[in-house]
Amino acid sequence: MAPPEAAAPATAGPEPATAPAVLEARGVSKRFPGVVALDDVSFTLRAGETHALVGENGAGKSTLIKVLTGVHRPDSGELLLAGRQMHFARPFEAQQAGISTIYQEVNLVPLMSVARNIFLGREPTSRLGLIDFARMHREAAGLLAGFGVRVDPRRPLHTLGVGTQQMVALARAVSVEARVVVMDEPTSSLEPREVETLFRVIGDLRRQNIAVLYVSHRMDELYRICDRVTVLRDGRHIHTGDLADIDRMQLVSMMLGREVTEVRRHGVTAFGDEGHDVARTPVLTATGLTRRHQLDAVGLELHAGEVLGLGGLLGSGRSETAKALAGALALDAGEITVAGRPMRRTTSARAIRAGISLLPEDRKAEGIVPGLSVRENIVLAAMPRLSRAGIVSRRRQDRIVDIFMKRLRIKASSPEQQVGELSGGNQQKVLLARWLCLEPKVLLLDEPTRGIDVGAKAEVQALIDELAQEGLAVLLISSDIEELVEGSDRIVVLRGGAVAGELTGDQVGESTLLQVLADHAPPAAADAADAVPGPGTEAAPHIPAGAPAGKEDPR
Amino acid sequence: MTTQATVAPGRALSRLPGPAWFQEYGVYAAVAALLVFNAAFTEHFLTVDNLRTQLVQVAPVVIVALGMALVIGTEGVDLSVGSTMALAAALLPLYLGYGLVPALLVAVLAGAVVGAVNGTLVSVVGLQPIVATLALFVGGRGLALVVADGQLKQIANPDLLALGTGSFLGIPLVVLIAGALALAVAFLVHRTTFGRQVVAIGGNRPAAALAGLPVKRVLTGVYVLCGVFAALAGVLATARLTASDPSSLGNLMELSAITAVVVGGTPLSGGSVRVLGTVAGALLMQLLRATLVKHDLPDSTAQMAQAAIILAAVYVARERRSR
Repeated sequence: MAPPEAAAPATAGPEPATAPAVLEARGVSKRFPGVVALDDVSFTLRAGETHALVGENGAGKSTLIKVLTGVHRPDSGELLLAGRQMHFARPFEAQQAGISTIYQEVNLVPLMSVARNIFLGREPTSRLGLIDFARMHREAAGLLAGFGVRVDPRRPLHTLGVGTQQMVALARAVSVEARVVVMDEPTSSLEPREVETLFRVIGDLRRQNIAVLYVSHRMDELYRICDRVTVLRDGRHIHTGDLADIDRMQLVSMMLGREVTEVRRHGVTAFGDEGHDVARTPVLTATGLTRRHQLDAVGLELHAGEVLGLGGLLGSGRSETAKALAGALALDAGEITVAGRPMRRTTSARAIRAGISLLPEDRKAEGIVPGLSVRENIVLAAMPRLSRAGIVSRRRQDRIVDIFMKRLRIKASSPEQQVGELSGGNQQKVLLARWLCLEPKVLLLDEPTRGIDVGAKAEVQALIDELAQEGLAVLLISSDIEELVEGSDRIVVLRGGAVAGELTGDQVGESTLLQVLADHAPPAAADAADAVPGPGTEAAPHIPAGAPAGKEDPR
Repeated sequence: MTTQATVAPGRALSRLPGPAWFQEYGVYAAVAALLVFNAAFTEHFLTVDNLRTQLVQVAPVVIVALGMALVIGTEGVDLSVGSTMALAAALLPLYLGYGLVPALLVAVLAGAVVGAVNGTLVSVVGLQPIVATLALFVGGRGLALVVADGQLKQIANPDLLALGTGSFLGIPLVVLIAGALALAVAFLVHRTTFGRQVVAIGGNRPAAALAGLPVKRVLTGVYVLCGVFAALAGVLATARLTASDPSSLGNLMELSAITAVVVGGTPLSGGSVRVLGTVAGALLMQLLRATLVKHDLPDSTAQMAQAAIILAAVYVARERRSR
């Protein structure tokens, strides 16, 4: 894989440490209904540097980018471009001022030609004021050739592959007179060869003294091309500094909000202390789950009565793995066996019939049906079983709903209240009830406690414990390290869509987990057990193996 | 009229009903207001003959709108209903020789086929409903004209004519059929697995798919039902006209049906189907038009009044959702 952090940026260019600030945010705050997306964030981008912006879900990266590029207007705070205060009313104004953006999803006009996309809004014109197509096509072809892309610039954009479209977006971004280029996860849909091209372009930008704000959660990339890094967490600025001064472990712990030295096995969460009686034979076996750009031969086993944690940073393929297991994500390759029986061509309906239930990550988009009642949301998946000849039986529904509303302590004025009116925690319990009333064998929980209040969180955690004790096989995905460590009997860690390691028994702890997350050398104890395989084993010469990293959190 | 009533809450008198009330009951209040107005100011309005005429005229719209309400409940729309009516009308004379029942079955089957094509394009191919049904909106009428050889044909079959003019206990058969279908759809929506799945899929399709609901099958079924209802309406309209007229039958029917559904309080964003509201919506548009015509205002005025009502209905729905 990639070289360790010792091989920091080697590209030539002005020394970023002495370069002047080109873009500066001072005390920027942004609120949305119900959330503070950015809370007094300050940060400086220097001319010619490549600056990494990192953080987990909800950290505020996207909001910060949108404020910098004129999509959102900050509620308070100010933006300075080359020392002058700026107020962008629209993204176009930010572009005019020299801030170019490449968004995660390509934001070009699919039906227009490649050349028109590159020159949209600033087409070269002939003397008559008409678009000079010949010149435009010539220049576009020339620009793209510099990116190693050889396509006819007259072709409509949508006929190109996603990677090539990304390159067109890049060509557009650098061909305007940009002083700052913001790249929001530019490599997420690129092939390795295209990534190399992108990095070469970033090197060129550096030589032209153009600053790059680089958002990615791929550690290898960050350490390869970035000079400095800014960490955001929960809308707040956590750290800005040279990337060479902090190692991956420290970076990850800042993103997750965990101290490197912190090793706590029990305490804050509502999970029970003792492990579960785990069955010997797996109830679910998955091998070689592969999907282009997302999953790379992921394999795991789930046993009855255990909670298997699925760890990983944002974009590591956790949700995709869960969705693939639940038949909700088409796979290019891979096999899933449930209770000894292989599932062919999985669909959600088949997975449910085989006993697999998935609590999706996005409660609002993929979970609740807001306009329907609590009762109907609970029985949604079980409706055919609770009906006779296609006619709904209210009596049977009411019985099930009553049982689960009591068991999960769902607080609603009545079973007929609309689910959209409930609190997040109660909505989550309604969804849990939807799956539990199917009596599944395997329960896949994707961030089951995200965005719910403390009380509901403890109740959900206790329930997970209880369900495993009753013999259910539970897969737990959580970005909350504490929850993952305390709730899981075993943890499989994903990185870049592949399994990076597995923690069993005593290895299940925060420091070992952080090390695998950060692609660090495993501690000596884990070495002996040979339980943390992966490419990162020879990395990090300046962190002694076996000891927790001794550096201070540079906050 | 309702426009005055909707302005009133702006005066901040707390006991006046708010937008939520209007979305829930506005259409019924408007129908009642029009009835009261006509009873007081329109001559010969509260006569059996006039009420019969109004109901008979609105029946085909109600039947089509019932199917449309199901489709709109899934966040879709079916533009091909008018053409489906024409197709059913064109097929009728060809098979009436075998008797009413076979001809009726053929017409309804044609509606089902149109619906199946629409449904497949939407659910399996993944086209947007407006585009998918536009194809048969254009093509369906063309096909109907080819089938009928482009000609208007007189209907002489007494059974079919009886369907259009007959009555039972003093109520026209057409009205009885529309009423029965409304009850059937209400039962379907509220009490059957299929109906609840329609509403759930309209409310949150990704969630419904993750819950293992047969999304494609339900969507296709909804369009098939809508096609069948349109075909039935085509048969009844033909029976009343005593002629099969594929070139003009059902023209603009898709708009009348969508209007009835929207005015009836079913949101275009899906997730809810208001059956009684849809019936009231169709009645409201019919009464409005009749009222204005009876007071010697031209049809063009009626159209503008209808537009105002549609805007008011959509505005009220928007108010509600922003809460």
